[in-house]
Amino acid sequence: MQSEQPQVVLTGVSKHFGGVRALDNVDFACRRGTIHAVLGENGAGKSTLIKILAGVHRPDAGEVRLAGRPVAFANPAEATRAGIVCIFQELSLVPDLSVADNIAIADPPKRLGLIDRRAQNRRAERLLARIDCADIDPRDLVRDLSLSRRQMVEIAKAIGRAPSVLILDEATSALTARDVETVYALLADLKAEGVASIFISHRMHEVEALCDTLSVFRNGRHIETFARGARSPAEIVRLMIGRDVEAQFPPKPARPARPEPLLSVKGLRWENRLNGIDLAVGRGEIVGLGGLDGAGQKELLLALFGVLRGVEGTVRTGAATGIPSSPAAAKSGPARIALVPEDRKTEGLMLARPIADNLLAASFARVSRGPLIDETLARAAIDEALATLRIKIGSPSDPVATLSGGNQQKVVIAKWLMARPDLILLNDPTRGIDVGTKQELYRLMRELADAGKAILFYSTDYAELIGCCDRVSVLYDGTVVAELEGEALTEEALVAAALNIGAAA
Amino acid sequence: MTRLLAQNRAFAGACLLLALLWLTYNALHPRGFSAAVLVQNANESVAIGFVAMAQTVPVLMGGLDLSVGAVMTLTNCIASAVVSGSPAQIVLGMVLTLAAGTAFGLMNGLVVVYGRIQPIIATLATGAIAIGLALLIRPQPGGSIDDDLSWALTNQLVDFADTYGLAEGGKTWWFRPFAPLPVPLLLLVGTAFLAWIPFRRSITGRTVYAIGSAEGAAYMSGLPIARAKIAAFTLAGFFAACGGLYLAIQTSSGNADVTQAGAYTLNSIAAVVLGGTSLLGGIGGAIGSLVGALMLRVISFYFRILSVDPLLQPLIEGLVLLAAVSLGAVRTLRVRNRLELFR
Repeated sequence: MQSEQPQVVLTGVSKHFGGVRALDNVDFACRRGTIHAVLGENGAGKSTLIKILAGVHRPDAGEVRLAGRPVAFANPAEATRAGIVCIFQELSLVPDLSVADNIAIADPPKRLGLIDRRAQNRRAERLLARIDCADIDPRDLVRDLSLSRRQMVEIAKAIGRAPSVLILDEATSALTARDVETVYALLADLKAEGVASIFISHRMHEVEALCDTLSVFRNGRHIETFARGARSPAEIVRLMIGRDVEAQFPPKPARPARPEPLLSVKGLRWENRLNGIDLAVGRGEIVGLGGLDGAGQKELLLALFGVLRGVEGTVRTGAATGIPSSPAAAKSGPARIALVPEDRKTEGLMLARPIADNLLAASFARVSRGPLIDETLARAAIDEALATLRIKIGSPSDPVATLSGGNQQKVVIAKWLMARPDLILLNDPTRGIDVGTKQELYRLMRELADAGKAILFYSTDYAELIGCCDRVSVLYDGTVVAELEGEALTEEALVAAALNIGAAA
Repeated sequence: MTRLLAQNRAFAGACLLLALLWLTYNALHPRGFSAAVLVQNANESVAIGFVAMAQTVPVLMGGLDLSVGAVMTLTNCIASAVVSGSPAQIVLGMVLTLAAGTAFGLMNGLVVVYGRIQPIIATLATGAIAIGLALLIRPQPGGSIDDDLSWALTNQLVDFADTYGLAEGGKTWWFRPFAPLPVPLLLLVGTAFLAWIPFRRSITGRTVYAIGSAEGAAYMSGLPIARAKIAAFTLAGFFAACGGLYLAIQTSSGNADVTQAGAYTLNSIAAVVLGGTSLLGGIGGAIGSLVGALMLRVISFYFRILSVDPLLQPLIEGLVLLAAVSLGAVRTLRVRNRLELFR
């Protein structure tokens, strides 16, 4: 079945983003007629790997060979022409165009030089029928389809391009069980046709059922490649975690019993992303949110902060019941809530504005007399915030964009501490931050908890969850699948729960 | 059919509103539903119709072209200098005028794509350049246009045939049903269909929509983004030139009127929105903008027959415009994640 020469070969490929090493001297090969799984934790380098193959990134060093010939793609169009087609996690569909338009987007059938809509619809129908999606009308706009239907359109679009290498990046994450079966059958067909498929999934049972070869990545390195069945799930999990340098965490206080919850959440639902979340956080507690990226952590925090519409379920925050109607209501309710958002550059900071304005943004009311901002009060508040968080700056009037990533994040946190919150929601606050600042943040979190604040802390870094949190609720598919505490809070248990494969270790 | 309606709700609404406005207007007009009124109205609608279509293309891409009115003025002045003489010279002059506007649009596109400048500011600058060139050509209003051409293109189809001795002066049996149609309306609609429909059905046109809808997805799908951006501005230049050429033919002169250029640009944006095109890009089309432009014109016609105080006209126009565009804002009520409102 396997040909002598691998279809795709990477030799010594490295890629850096700023100071972060995303891929480090990676060798990787994928053969025709196989389904090759790539496994790894968040940030292991899987996305960078496939983005290099798909022509989104160019490697800093090393060589990519396709069918024996070295290739260097300038953009995704060149990769597609060479036969490498990628189904991305974030869909590459254009919402305002029809399904048929999207499926044939860059290479539509033509008549007299113009796009032949009828032929295009027929082509879309044929491809959709192949993946058992005859229920999708090619003339519908993509924006009117549900997420799972869109993902099937994305798959139809990919197979319509006749790939020799097909990359599926979490392509089954939103699909229904029936569609997943269809995709399995499709992949088996493509395998028989000699297509090399690279399959990225966080669902271990999918990988076990589908893939011939498994490769594990960790910290931008290719750790090991082996045939299916050669390793047990527990061994695979250990390979994914590896041995890391332990970060220094402040000691956790011993606590005889759980404190009275300040925040309690029951049966929280929103769209199809949150499917009944139960959770409680008490004063003085740091509760972690675990699970893989996209399991609903982000939406949970946004819901609690009043950003989402149509959230169902009961939420009690101190004396207040119900979900805040807006961020403005959330920060000024009886129990004040703060959210340190996921993307500090767009949701956390006004990059071009001075540091001072950014620090004051959530608490102008506190430094104002009547309608006017009191400069003296404002300056005192800013000085206090800068001192508490030890933010290194030139002058408060410099744009916040001039600071390093770590100091920017400190500004976001300081901004919210100025609003004197009772409940602090943190969305991966240490992402892209140097180790020193991380440790400062860990200490700060513990100090805040000791001062009686309740902290809900989402992190993609398992070591952090273990080191910082009193307990961790692990999310999978919008529900809490495990609550880990004390001795049970181990990396193995976190990864196993995140993959929803029960007791793996 | 229901799908077509659902996917083009804004456009269908605009058409309905236009029909309503136009029918009421004619019912109120003492000489309503007459060929003379239709021809006059059509003549006054052509320039704004073309400029609105010009504006549509950059808007679909998520940009804005502030030079469309200025390019119209520039081409108006060029036409007033070159569209006269022998038949061959006239045709050459018209081609030259359209080519000049198209080239100006191409330059806009190159500045935006290779200068990496935001469309709104790039075209603000190039618009001023266009006005400057127009003033160089026509420091004072004037110039001339071939009289026959001017007459033939601003009246009924039968007059066109009569002027150029076509179809036995427009008296053959097969010609008669079309005889009373106003030539300006045919020019407008004809150009719209001959230029816009093929554009929309090309990869370049589709890419313009894709850029406005989700530029990242367009890039990941391997679409020709730079080419589409340049083409969008080029087509805008062409449509603006059509407007300028017609204005010259209609008025038999050229006029580098700065105020008029600005008013046309702003009205073009209003027409685009009225016609159902989203200012965020990705949704809408030039035909809708044409309908929007006609709506704007019909609203202004009302002032004549209702003898509204001219001082009140801007106020009323503003209120009507505000009411019409508010209908399009209803969609934001359906957004579930409020962060999406800011994207």
